[in-house]
Amino acid sequence: MSADVLRMSAASLAAALAGKQITAEEVTRVFLERIRDVDPQIHAFLRIDEEGALATAREVDRRRDGGENLPRLAGVPVAVKDVMTTVGMPTTVGSAILDGWEPPYDATIVAKLRDNLMPILGKTNMDEFAMGSSTEHSAYGPTRNPWDTDRIPGGSGGGSAAALAALEVPLALGTDTGGSIRQPAAVTGTVGVKPTYGSVSRYGLVALASSLDQAGPCARTVMDAAMLHEVIAGHDPRDSTSLPDPVPDFVGAARRADVGGVRIGIISELTGDGYQAGVMQRFTEAVETYRGLGADIVEVSCPNFSYALAAYYLILPSEASSNLAKFDAMRYGLRVGDDGIATVEQVMARTRDAGFGAEVKRRIMLGTYALSSGYYDEYYGQAQKVRTLVQQDFDAAFEQCDVLISPTCPTTAFRLGEKLEDPLAMYLNDIATIPVNLAGNAALSLPVGLAPEDGLPVGLQIIAPHRQDQRLYNAGAALEAALEDQWDRPFIEGLQ
Amino acid sequence: MNTRTQPKLARLSDALATYEPVIGLEVHVELGTNTKMFCGCPTTFGGSPNSQVCPVCLGLPGSLPVVNRTAIESTIRMGLALNCTIVPWCRFARKNYFYPDMPKDYQISQYDEPICVDGYLDVDVPTDDGVTTVRVEIERVHMEEDTGKLTHAGGAGRIQGADYSLVDYNRAGIPLVEIVTKPVTGTGGLAPAVGRAYVSELRDIMRTLGVSDVRMEEGSLRCDANLSLSRSGEPWGTRTETKNVNSLRSVERALTYEIRRQAAILGAGGSIKQETRHFHEDDGTTTPGRSKEEAEDYRYFPEPDLMPVAPDPAWVEELRATLPEPPSVRRKRLQQEWGISDHDMQSVINAGAVELVELTVAAGVDQASARKWWLGEFSRHANENDMELTDLAVTPAQIADVESLIVEGTLNDKLARQVFEGVLAGEGEPSDVIKKRGLALVSDDSALVGAIDEAIAAMPDVVDKIKGGKVQAAGAIIGQVMKATRGQADAARVRELLLEKLEVS
Repeated sequence: MSADVLRMSAASLAAALAGKQITAEEVTRVFLERIRDVDPQIHAFLRIDEEGALATAREVDRRRDGGENLPRLAGVPVAVKDVMTTVGMPTTVGSAILDGWEPPYDATIVAKLRDNLMPILGKTNMDEFAMGSSTEHSAYGPTRNPWDTDRIPGGSGGGSAAALAALEVPLALGTDTGGSIRQPAAVTGTVGVKPTYGSVSRYGLVALASSLDQAGPCARTVMDAAMLHEVIAGHDPRDSTSLPDPVPDFVGAARRADVGGVRIGIISELTGDGYQAGVMQRFTEAVETYRGLGADIVEVSCPNFSYALAAYYLILPSEASSNLAKFDAMRYGLRVGDDGIATVEQVMARTRDAGFGAEVKRRIMLGTYALSSGYYDEYYGQAQKVRTLVQQDFDAAFEQCDVLISPTCPTTAFRLGEKLEDPLAMYLNDIATIPVNLAGNAALSLPVGLAPEDGLPVGLQIIAPHRQDQRLYNAGAALEAALEDQWDRPFIEGLQ
Repeated sequence: MNTRTQPKLARLSDALATYEPVIGLEVHVELGTNTKMFCGCPTTFGGSPNSQVCPVCLGLPGSLPVVNRTAIESTIRMGLALNCTIVPWCRFARKNYFYPDMPKDYQISQYDEPICVDGYLDVDVPTDDGVTTVRVEIERVHMEEDTGKLTHAGGAGRIQGADYSLVDYNRAGIPLVEIVTKPVTGTGGLAPAVGRAYVSELRDIMRTLGVSDVRMEEGSLRCDANLSLSRSGEPWGTRTETKNVNSLRSVERALTYEIRRQAAILGAGGSIKQETRHFHEDDGTTTPGRSKEEAEDYRYFPEPDLMPVAPDPAWVEELRATLPEPPSVRRKRLQQEWGISDHDMQSVINAGAVELVELTVAAGVDQASARKWWLGEFSRHANENDMELTDLAVTPAQIADVESLIVEGTLNDKLARQVFEGVLAGEGEPSDVIKKRGLALVSDDSALVGAIDEAIAAMPDVVDKIKGGKVQAAGAIIGQVMKATRGQADAARVRELLLEKLEVS
């Protein structure tokens, strides 16, 4: 049974739990055991909450036995990226500066998991403050890709994606500021969704770049992502940027899985040069599959996307430099050099020097510079203009099609250490995901096979207009179903 | 008193003979909303340290601000009362700087997109020959959040050299409104008085609007005073910004001090350093703070955690319709209604008794009596007990009661004062005090006649004088009667009865 449980989708687990074929405690124990077995090699988790998860599971079983009607995902275990505040578990954001910090409150989406009685197995690893594309920038050591443990699992949410790929958990939460859900999903052969900006609460997400950050579901199937998305979506009065919209029927859209007559646009700027051959091969095959399913394939151009990366690396560091100012040793977290002689400024400086990693310092300096008096218009101001142009490119493209597609990333998973000394090469990995964050649209990455040259997963990105996230699930589920015969969903047998 | 080295100061008259002062005022007002600017924490003053905080106002990682609608409403009403334009669309901005009283190490404020712009306030400035009206132009009114409060142990109460510092974040996140004037020019020697009158008028407006309790002693109204000097016809000089100017009197003193200090430097051929200075309440001096030349770059940018604020024009008009009568208009109206001189009106204003007198008149007391009580007896009582007039335990209705007793002859002034003494001491309504203290005038003629007869019998020589035509000698007998009745007789009636009795008239 336990091997089956590991490979079951969240949807099937939910059905088995509802049909009392298995108890939530059994399910939770199976995954906790799996974590114990494989996580020493993967390091997807920063901490495990065995007791808390089992307590929730037992509550589910008790209430189900009592005949209560429980939420759909009650009893299905979930993992939470360490960027989200959790009562009872430290939240470190992958940084030494917050080592051991126990937040006094739950992020809204964490509270929603609890309300839905989903056992929270633990907190997953990430690049420090979500800055990175490989999880190598975690202060607590890198996470490894279950497909090849010498390779990166993507980032910043490498922990959540690797945990899914290694069958340590059936569902997880991530956050996506420039691709931190989608790129890890792509390189681990899992599914990840960046919802429309404002459609999932940011309250309790330790902010990286407030105007770009968005939490979303991570899963192994499109349907599972839809189910988790419905749990976490919705207006939050604690988040001023939260949209007032009702939650769409994502599960219904995933069930429909019909692209007949759907206009699918290929963004010409996000293919071709700079994309690995095997990635392009699988992408092209997927396009043909879509054509075979009755979709209308159109080619669209988004000329301003070429400025997106540069604009992103001005806006993100600017906002981050301000968001990360609060880590000053005064109220919580690390304090270094408070020897009774040092001034308050010296303690702040020493703590920030000791507590932040190189990438975080790099971006704080970039952002501080970009916002400086005399440079603001040239950098931050210009970047905001580019942002508007990128939005206009999307608007124009969506006049011709219902969804857009591209490879999620230019390459499959690279090797640990390969790009650590070359930040620009690392940044380029997010070239296809970043425009979506700048525009605030919704996007999903799903696996479309393995690259022939390295046998590693390739991800395809589907992009939907603002507030049309349900289109991702319809188009995503249709492709997933069609590819099912060609390519078995990823699971790892017997990790060493 | 202190060990500050005193710079050379010019004589004020010399300074003003040579230089023209330009002033500018930045006033911070704490709004009287029930909850903070961006969270639901209470704003009450005096709670135990860090008892009125939450993840938002502590700036804990992950927390997000949500704008307090009442704060926006109050700010718009303020802007309207200051004749400002309310912009159709504005944003909050982050002002970035590190300081331990700042939970997020940035302050949510407004920068180049304030909510109210281009207003003015006409202020009445007392001069040697009456009152002159000066128009102070308002550049902007914007919203921001307050910081926490630091208490430094050791090190002369400053963060530099302190043994340790304590932070109380109860104040962090309390809504603040900053009102910035345009430079005020051409007021010459009146400049310090204009500064004071402006802040005083602003305070009255806030009170009238009910948007703040504007208690300067609790820091709910704080003022920064900018001043520069120039020779007439020449470009403005370098300005200093004096902080910590926290009473009306201090506004005037700080500006006067800066005129004298800057004039002495300029007079000696020196130049003024652009800097922030601190005002010292104890001796009225200012000392340098942070130098503006090495001032921090605040790296303002639009606050991405908040949506732009776009007040619906219909709502703004609704708010405009609810504005109370401006204090200056009201004062002019009342002065006219009462028919009193500028000087008398100024006395009422200076005593802070405009509204109290107005209410007392509305309760049926004539204006002269109302002013007499509030500016005389009650002001004295308030001063002696270090209280505000408004906090005295006497109501306009009670004053009206006592006044009608005076008119009908039951009380005289002296007794009335005793009645109020009892009322202020909490002995109850005037009628209760009169009863308990036995204060009513003796109006029963028969009781008076007895006392008069006794006095006549006791003072035959005086009686002879009166009968001999020296009517003014009657005072002695009347005095005797008053004494016998413990002041409760109506002296005029005693005189009448006495003269009747002696058949002189």
